[in-house]
Amino acid sequence: MTAPVVIFAVGNPSRGDDAIGPVLCGRLAKWLENQELTERVDLIEDFQLNIEHSLDLQGRELALFIDAGENTPAPFVFGQIYPSTATAHSTHALPPEAVLQVYRQMEEKEPPPSFVLCVRGEGFELGAELTPAARRGIEAAMTLLERLVTKPTLADWRA
Amino acid sequence: MTYQLETAAHPERLRRVAIDPVSRVEGHGKVTILLDEQGRVHQVRLHIVEFRGFEKFIQGRPYWEVPVMVQRLCGICPVSHHLAASKALDIIVGARKLTRAAEKLRRLMHYGQILQSHALHFFHLCSPDLLLGFDSDVAKRNIVGVAAAHPEIARRGVLLRKFGQEVIRVTAGKRVHGTGAVPGGMNKSLTVAERDELLKEIYHVVAWSRDAVRLIQKVHTQNPGLYNSFGIFRSNFMSIVGHNGDLDFYHGTLRARDDNGKIIFDDVDYQQYDRYIEEEVRPWSYMKFPFFKSIGKEHGWYKVGPLARVQNCNQISTAFAEHERREFVDYAGGSPMHAPLAYHWTRMIEMLHAAEVIKELLHDDDLLGDDLMVTGERQMEGVGVIEAPRGTLFHHYQVDENDLITMANLIVSTTNNNQAMNEAVRHVARRYLHGREITEGLLNHIEVAIRAFDPCLSCATHALGKMPLAVELVDPEGQVIHALSRS
Repeated sequence: MTAPVVIFAVGNPSRGDDAIGPVLCGRLAKWLENQELTERVDLIEDFQLNIEHSLDLQGRELALFIDAGENTPAPFVFGQIYPSTATAHSTHALPPEAVLQVYRQMEEKEPPPSFVLCVRGEGFELGAELTPAARRGIEAAMTLLERLVTKPTLADWRA
Repeated sequence: MTYQLETAAHPERLRRVAIDPVSRVEGHGKVTILLDEQGRVHQVRLHIVEFRGFEKFIQGRPYWEVPVMVQRLCGICPVSHHLAASKALDIIVGARKLTRAAEKLRRLMHYGQILQSHALHFFHLCSPDLLLGFDSDVAKRNIVGVAAAHPEIARRGVLLRKFGQEVIRVTAGKRVHGTGAVPGGMNKSLTVAERDELLKEIYHVVAWSRDAVRLIQKVHTQNPGLYNSFGIFRSNFMSIVGHNGDLDFYHGTLRARDDNGKIIFDDVDYQQYDRYIEEEVRPWSYMKFPFFKSIGKEHGWYKVGPLARVQNCNQISTAFAEHERREFVDYAGGSPMHAPLAYHWTRMIEMLHAAEVIKELLHDDDLLGDDLMVTGERQMEGVGVIEAPRGTLFHHYQVDENDLITMANLIVSTTNNNQAMNEAVRHVARRYLHGREITEGLLNHIEVAIRAFDPCLSCATHALGKMPLAVELVDPEGQVIHALSRS
């Protein structure tokens, strides 16, 4: 059974604030279980986004991409995204917009409404712990995620 | 020792071109090219930020954590590190021979990894260059551009990669951070349902892989002037070979040949690898330069990966891939092919072989067995070697009596290819950039040469905003006179 919402959480847990995505994924998984909402959301954790993630968009009503950001606004940026080729210079780690574009060209239809939650990170060194700023960002992002999953409609996510 | 174009006589008088990082390779790299005022090339260096830090990172950890931890080295080929570490730790726990079920499950996992990695590389990292041209519009020279121009090829690339990922998921337990292999064996076998699900797709996978070989063979042979000479250099080459000299990605002994194909060493137990291979440090690079001890630094460097493996083995055990290997060898005319763009052709032969082996394994009931672990006499040191998608990968560990890692040494595929990639880049710079005005299309020629080797330049972070591509032209005074950036 495909859940109506898919959430991708991206990052390497061993590289400092790059762990923001996986940490949020783990927190959200527990919260969904406690709230008995696991059927509402499919969580997909990976090191980076790639072409095959376009297949995970099939049959969804909403999609969310969670990633750490460098030099992005704190504590996080949340907004809707659209298919795009403009930022696709690298194909070993596609930006979310390029994943949507691959979906559009593979499926010959528009992808589900999709959003990015980009939580600012400060340090990405191998073996480093999360920075205090990232921990604060995770707390703030978690509050938003709970609200999003509680009301999984396009109108609510755009509000 | 210096190599031609490695070090300029008077670098302070030269203009610098930096490509940082190289786009569409697995991680971060940087190419610097020093030019004089007439645009003549004097120095070319490929700098790679290697993950030497990881070896320190795992010191002091319990050895049984290592097969899981090392997967965080690389998001593209975590399975290779997972299995190379597991093989080294098999030696530590005294498990010199695994059960049939465990070895076949590991093979299935690894061949799934080879398949998905080669599919990603060919269909989505290199097909933009091969199908759209080296000088094509940069805004379209990516997977999205390929999907627009060749939707079926792009679709097959996605599905082949997805299939490989599924093989990994069912054998490793998870799509990422899997725990399937453990020192001494495996911790899960395949269920009938998992096997049957993969069997539904495998015949398409083999057919698409055959088509892919034909496609790259056609691309290569239709333009021999380019494909047989672009970035060419001659070198030794090395890989492991399996039983009877078969192509084998999972296990075997080390074999090396010189540039004419003559054997340098053969049937070498990789537990003794450090008797045959040494790593040189050069002041300008973080990444070491390995070479064969018996030949020395100057001429002992080598290449690894598909082009080395397909020409190093005696034969391939599966019918379709063996047929394609023979076609390739015939085309090469009886002596080793050294053209870097031939990596693409051999990579697809390997992908076909991986697909055929997966098909054979899925029909083998040993995969469903539950005899998965062996133990033996505890050792303090072990080496694991595997043929990763990009080439030979060494993991070497020492463990103390408290089961903690005291020493780790990794020689990754890209390190093995370090000198080879530098030589290819220098050849291309000399051939295409020398004395010309630098354009984006010409700079992409440098990247095409690097991508042929499919380097993994340390999978660093991939946070949003951390993957810009910047090209800077700097005059002899160090002033940036022109800059390009893709982000």
